[in-house]
Amino acid sequence: MSQKLTAKDFATSQEVRWCPGCGDYAILKSVTQALADVGARPESTAFVSGIGCAARFPYYIESYGFHTIHGRAPAIATGLKLANPELDVWVVTGDGDGLSIGSNHLMHALRRNVGLKILLFNNEIYGLTKGQYSPTSRVGTTSPSSPRGSVDTPVSPGHFALGAGAKFFARGIDIDKVGMSDVLQQAHAFHGTSLVEIFQNCIVYNEDVFGSFTERKNAANTQLHLKHGEPMLFGEGNDKGIRFNPGTWSLEVVDATESPDDVLVHDEGNAVVARMLIDLHMPVALGVIYRQPAVSYEDAFYSHHPSRMQRTKSITDFITGPSSWTVD
Amino acid sequence: MNKNKDVDSIVVRIAGDSGDGIQLMGSQFAVSTALSGSDFATFPDYPAEIRAPVGTTFGVSAYQINLGGGPITTAGDAPDVLVAFNPAALKVSLPMLRKGALVIINNDSFTRRNLTKAGYLDDPRDDDRLVDFQVVAADISRLNLEAVKEFGLSKSEGGRCKNFWALGVLMWMFDRDLAPIEDWVRQRMAAHPTLRDANITALHAGHAYGETAELAAALPQIELPAAQLEPGEYRSITGAEALALGIAAAGELADRQVMFCSYPITPASPLLHRLTRLGELGVGTFQAEDEIAAICAAIGASYGGMIGVTSSSGPGIALKTEAMGLAVNAELPLVIVNWQRGGPSTGLPTKTEQSDLYQAVYGRNADTPIPVVSASTSGECFDMAIEAVRIALRHMTPVILLADGYLSNAAEPWRIPDMSSFAPIETNAVRTSDDDPQRTAFTRDADSYGRPWISPGQPELMHRIGGLEKDVASGHISYDPANHQEMTELRAAKVESVAGFLPPQQLECGPDKGSLVVVGWGSTYGPIYQAVRSTGTSFIHLRYLSPLPGNLGELLSGFDKILVPEMNAGQLCTLLRDKLGVHPISYSKVSGQPFLISELIGKIESLKDEPS
Repeated sequence: MSQKLTAKDFATSQEVRWCPGCGDYAILKSVTQALADVGARPESTAFVSGIGCAARFPYYIESYGFHTIHGRAPAIATGLKLANPELDVWVVTGDGDGLSIGSNHLMHALRRNVGLKILLFNNEIYGLTKGQYSPTSRVGTTSPSSPRGSVDTPVSPGHFALGAGAKFFARGIDIDKVGMSDVLQQAHAFHGTSLVEIFQNCIVYNEDVFGSFTERKNAANTQLHLKHGEPMLFGEGNDKGIRFNPGTWSLEVVDATESPDDVLVHDEGNAVVARMLIDLHMPVALGVIYRQPAVSYEDAFYSHHPSRMQRTKSITDFITGPSSWTVD
Repeated sequence: MNKNKDVDSIVVRIAGDSGDGIQLMGSQFAVSTALSGSDFATFPDYPAEIRAPVGTTFGVSAYQINLGGGPITTAGDAPDVLVAFNPAALKVSLPMLRKGALVIINNDSFTRRNLTKAGYLDDPRDDDRLVDFQVVAADISRLNLEAVKEFGLSKSEGGRCKNFWALGVLMWMFDRDLAPIEDWVRQRMAAHPTLRDANITALHAGHAYGETAELAAALPQIELPAAQLEPGEYRSITGAEALALGIAAAGELADRQVMFCSYPITPASPLLHRLTRLGELGVGTFQAEDEIAAICAAIGASYGGMIGVTSSSGPGIALKTEAMGLAVNAELPLVIVNWQRGGPSTGLPTKTEQSDLYQAVYGRNADTPIPVVSASTSGECFDMAIEAVRIALRHMTPVILLADGYLSNAAEPWRIPDMSSFAPIETNAVRTSDDDPQRTAFTRDADSYGRPWISPGQPELMHRIGGLEKDVASGHISYDPANHQEMTELRAAKVESVAGFLPPQQLECGPDKGSLVVVGWGSTYGPIYQAVRSTGTSFIHLRYLSPLPGNLGELLSGFDKILVPEMNAGQLCTLLRDKLGVHPISYSKVSGQPFLISELIGKIESLKDEPS
């Protein structure tokens, strides 16, 4: 066994070129730390990205990297994973890259359950093209392309994922080291497509758009960190919980000290509750929201293939076809 | 038509509704023709609709085959024999027929309703419209139903056997062995014993009809000379089959697996279907969610060390364009097959054309050159697939292989090649003297400009690739102006360097100097070959379109006039003018149909008569 690597071993000598204060710096740190923690090997790791600020990621990770074209990273990563299922393939995308121009590929990667770890940096804005509203921007977002406020309804990454048949959906906050570490390790361990939505602060074009729940000083009351098999508690001293309201078919906050038995226990395999958790606005659900183990696409592809992609016959065995004749 | 032993070759056309099983009947007749030792060429001509409205002229599906002693390179200009299953099929085919042709019609289908649907005001059997032909009007529907009555099929199920009944008649006319077709039916319909037996019975009934019916006097038996083919082992092959085998063979020659990624589109899908059956040759197929994903997955597979191949037709190729630029910039190998069809837009999906040459050579944003090669015949799809992979791996570049809808479906006899005659396909060695793997990954061969093919998983060689411009030497991202100039020139030089590895362009036939040379490319090879042979004209046929062969300009300089027949509005003419400064005469045909030999002979003769 090779020597254990540290986060520093996954950092490159490249100068990082995100804006000072960008949430991407914190994510990069969490990812290099997670790679070290899970015992990843640089030569067996590949980062594939599309276009956007987040897509610079491969240049900053000491591994194989492919900075591709807008929206297509999941398709390219699918081909790579099929060619070499032994690789750890990570896809780095954003709300524009993954949910607008490339949403078709994201949808199909999710429904196929290709073994990809997809990090969706959601900052609700197009950063690299200088601040236009994005498919996750809230209605009324003012931007250079929507000076009177945007009118389109945003897409919910979580609902998109579950609707597409995702088997793993999790959320993290860029600056939440502990939460990110947990989510990235779980995503890495999942056999199939793991989609992680990361709330990422764009300091230039959409500052503090997630401020209502990402601020550290009020985190206890605004963030619900989910753990499979544990009650959904949050607040100072876990004094609050989440319960199901059968009258409205939705989740609501309950005083956990008064009604501890009402508090739901998190079951990652429950897609109905997962959908309600995605919709929960305050607190915001974080961690692994949904996980349903299933056969990965590459496993299905190889086990279905007559020779597991090996060349077990020669072209000369096939070239004659069903019938042939000889001319003397 | 009488029993005639002097006939060298004969053209048979089978036409009916698209639900009549015409293509199946035609392809089985072609297989039987192959096994009988004749040379042949086929032309399946079918509508875009899967089941077009019954009885209409636009719903006519046809299969034409030219068979005989050969050399036969086209499906023939004018049919000598027509089997017409309904009035619409007769109406569409009549103008094509040779005077004196034998016309076998299905009498039962000539109802008032069907005549009206075909646009006939009066029954053509009753007037002089068929006077130039020998007509055998057989009650095909009724005789077939009687033959299969014992199987208790419904009228529509039983009626569907009539293609085998008619095939039986053809088999008798050409004195063919029924056994190979029976074997095929047994295998194909194993799960449906009743249908299997009914079809075999219909085949025999049609054969017996030819032998015993009182009409036999009118129905001739035809004897053809054996094909004059080079000695060797032969099989029947379509372009889709040959291209699939070529891709798999290239994988073996390169000792790499192949990942074929595509999205369904007419007429490209047969290649996907064929490749799914070649898994044991280390071939994988991935049906992607769209054309863009198909090329992107192929690029991903190439990055991962397999030979990535994608295929489509013009509209799908247009969607793949951005990703081709990525493969150029990342210097990854990739093969893009374009089965050209009539356009623009959806155009004529099932009809052939060769109008994507501009798209292949010029059709990308920025200065993004890609080598372009093309296949001339169904069998040649095998060789050109190997060539495309060889160029892609040597130069580390995407390569476009142009084929077309005609080649995809057309069958011909193919001499099975000896695989030991193909040189192995080499890749560029990794030179690891430099301590920066980024530089190692982009250290290029001096002659081919190809870089080493380094895939994730290889220790100590971690590097990054992508669509951003990179430094010519170090491979790191670079926005330096002079460097972009240099990289642009390098990408052009890389594609130009392909010419240095090509065999010199040869003349197909005719003297190497003279007043006229015909220059062709792609599937027009067949009709041009016949036309130049019969007129004694010089003929150059191109397989390498970008870059052009290095000696082409010199070859062309030996002629006063250059005639370029193309199934487009003159795209090779433009290319030759652009690259070689010559001024060819364009002969354009964009009807969705291949050239007729007679059309080409007419054009050649008119040019020969004209003073220069």
